[in-house]
Amino acid sequence: MQLTLLALILALLTVIGFLAGRSRAAASVGGRVAELHSVPSYHGVYVALWAGLPALLLFVAWTASEGWLVLQLVLSGLPERLTAGDGQSAVLLKADILNLARGIATGREPDPAVAEAARRYASFRDLADWSLLAIGASLAVAGLAWGRHRIGPDLRARPAVERVVRVALVVCSLVAILTTVGIVLSLLFEALRFFAVVSPLDFLFGTHWSPQMAMRADQVGSSGSFGAIPLFAGTLLITVVAMLVAVPVGLMAAIYMSEYAGRGMRTWLKPALEILAGIPTVVYGFFAALTMAPFVRSVGEALGLDVSSESALAAGIVMGVMIIPFVSSLSDDVINAVPQSLRDGSYGLGATKSETIKQVVLPAALPGIVAAVMLAISRAIGETMIVTMASGLTANLTANPLQAVTTVTTQIATLLVGDQEFDSPKTLSAFGLGLVLFLVTLCLNMVALRVVRTYREKYD
Amino acid sequence: MTDLLEQDISAAPPSPAPAATSKSRHRSEAFARRLRARHAAERRFRLAGAAAVALAALVLVLLLGSIVARGGSAFWETRIRLEVTLDPAEVADRNYTVLLRRALHAQFPQVTDRAGRRVLNELLSSGAPYELEAMVAGDASIIGTTRTVWVRADDEIDQLVKGRYRRDLPESERGLSDAKIAAADTLMAGGALAQGFNTTLFTAGDSREPEQAGIGGAIVGSLLTLLVTMALSVPVGVSAAVYLEEFAPKNRWTDLIEVNINNLAAVPSIIFGLLGLAVFLGFFGMPRSAPLVGGLVMALMTLPVIIIASRVALKSVPPSVREAALGIGASPLQTVLHHVLPLAMPGILTGTIIGMARALGETAPLLMIGMVAFIVDVPHGLTDSATVLPVQIYMWADSPERAFTERTSAAILILLGVLILLNGAAVVLRKLFERRW
Repeated sequence: MQLTLLALILALLTVIGFLAGRSRAAASVGGRVAELHSVPSYHGVYVALWAGLPALLLFVAWTASEGWLVLQLVLSGLPERLTAGDGQSAVLLKADILNLARGIATGREPDPAVAEAARRYASFRDLADWSLLAIGASLAVAGLAWGRHRIGPDLRARPAVERVVRVALVVCSLVAILTTVGIVLSLLFEALRFFAVVSPLDFLFGTHWSPQMAMRADQVGSSGSFGAIPLFAGTLLITVVAMLVAVPVGLMAAIYMSEYAGRGMRTWLKPALEILAGIPTVVYGFFAALTMAPFVRSVGEALGLDVSSESALAAGIVMGVMIIPFVSSLSDDVINAVPQSLRDGSYGLGATKSETIKQVVLPAALPGIVAAVMLAISRAIGETMIVTMASGLTANLTANPLQAVTTVTTQIATLLVGDQEFDSPKTLSAFGLGLVLFLVTLCLNMVALRVVRTYREKYD
Repeated sequence: MTDLLEQDISAAPPSPAPAATSKSRHRSEAFARRLRARHAAERRFRLAGAAAVALAALVLVLLLGSIVARGGSAFWETRIRLEVTLDPAEVADRNYTVLLRRALHAQFPQVTDRAGRRVLNELLSSGAPYELEAMVAGDASIIGTTRTVWVRADDEIDQLVKGRYRRDLPESERGLSDAKIAAADTLMAGGALAQGFNTTLFTAGDSREPEQAGIGGAIVGSLLTLLVTMALSVPVGVSAAVYLEEFAPKNRWTDLIEVNINNLAAVPSIIFGLLGLAVFLGFFGMPRSAPLVGGLVMALMTLPVIIIASRVALKSVPPSVREAALGIGASPLQTVLHHVLPLAMPGILTGTIIGMARALGETAPLLMIGMVAFIVDVPHGLTDSATVLPVQIYMWADSPERAFTERTSAAILILLGVLILLNGAAVVLRKLFERRW
């Protein structure tokens, strides 16, 4: 509530600042605008920035740290017997306080000290929000007054404003780096917690995957087993099937589009193929589960084969179809980049079109095509929904595409969907898998992008 | 030089007429055979290319066809006509179920036993009493009168009317009892069963009962999520592109940013879900299942797409425009804001639309941040629990009821329709503003 109010106040003051700055600048030279260093609008923006920016920065810093600070304050006031526990109970305690403070029933009678802490937490948060509102609003008013005070014919408003804008642009372009850092850090931290419980060697080379953890220590199968080899094998199997579909079809389609199809046909074919790329993966998953899997199964039965109702083959074929446009449009680009003179030379020697393509165009385009295939593989490895919906969840160590297998992404999804405790190896193992997935796809992408880049320079 | 050439030509001995000698290798039997083989190979290769394109097209048709065949009928729902006497006493007690059942039983005077009546009761949707209640709430004057009302039928009857149960199968394999089929047939023969446009599908939230489930909640959730995505990724993405393309010096830092952006564009989407889970939910303690967090994750995911597209658009604006602006005294920033950016806008817009279309269809990262919760209400704010269209599709796809298959397909059709509209808009924009400098 208070935060919305503050946002409104800030927006209002910014607009007022702009108008005030602009009119004061014009007034300071008696309406002869040419005598100003900068045009009046820049003076307006100058005052608006003074009014809005400091308060906004405060607002961001405050909201990012407020919850944590207040929680620490409340926790430090709790009696010893509650805070003395290990990491697990501390997490539980925090969750209890937060839930109670938000009025969410936890389902059991809270400890009176915890209930008191929750009340204090709520009142502190309330107090903090109101003081933020007061401080933020006064900061904005002060900024507005200061900015307005500085307006005059000699004020160099434009360079000042442009400096701020430039800093903002730089910050925006740093978001990409921040995202990468965020991904790496979050994966690494949680994965390290996982590897503190499960040895990385067991994880990478173990052949049994069953992440179920027992509720009590004395239960049967109380320790989960985290050998990820079956997941890697399953991912590999489905990726191979997908590539067997996507690479020949995608490549031939690209060759046909760039070498044989006429201009008119091409303008229709390319977007039509790209529709396949625009279909959400969940739709492919539905198609794989309801149409492709029964089809594969009935064909297999007609041939006398034993096909699982959720086979790797069905999921792989549909994934291959999804990747066709990816392969075809990337290869299409590299094939088009091969200079016409090479083709003309080949025709001049009497080669037919297909001979030219096979012996001149494709070898020349090969690095680009390899890069396209690598990017396609990385996409197949990272695809989640199709396998989640169509190839089951059983971790099978098999090379038989007619059986159900599971993949790394599917396991990440199933491990983290629903209620989960944050400290169990079961939950944390998803981050271990995520780290492996990230590193593998990162390597594939890096190599592919580098190949594309060096290849491009050849004909430029 | 020309002299030399002419001399050479004139000096050359007259070539023998090729047709005359049978020894020419171009006329040999082996050559003809080789040529035929090469031409056949040429035709085969071309055919293989055409077949690849045809195969892709075929799959597309098959995919769309199978979904239309499954989901087209979900846009209609079956209703039952009842002559309901709105007994004031029962209305006061809000016993609308009793009223409906009484009216239904009146249509089957021959059924008197408990088992038979239970079968009849199951013809009605469990949401039907609420429809009647809403009707009474809308017009209190109808209390005490007898009215003809059309109420929603149970999903099994709906599927029966749509011909999705095979009547020739034995009862145990069909999944629908003979008694229900007989009751439905009686109603149908009396004209008391009819199909109408299914508004529930568009307005309702999720439900365990297929006939009461709709995608209204998911659509609002998708809209809110997309709103957050757009509000964050478009300004940040365009600003980043402007900086990198117009102002950034060429050094190791900008190289690093560039490599980063290219890599982010190819990171598996589920990794972004893990990021959202660890950072936004775990570290900042934001609410689970909220469009706010979903939008944040999607914004990070679409950011590289928008940056790359915007950079291409900015690059295509010729340098002469910038030089002219700078020449008449505009500052670099004014040049970009007043001249370059407006000219690059169509390209940026196209990239944005494609990025949004991608975010609209994405499922996996949203599973990570808890948007799979079963949510009946339509969300009202950015921090309310919500679900989005693709996730709703994923959840319905898991439901065992036949009617949910139909509704899943219908939801897919709606999602695909929106996506095709978006992509179509991008294509039209590109064509409309395509400019050669």
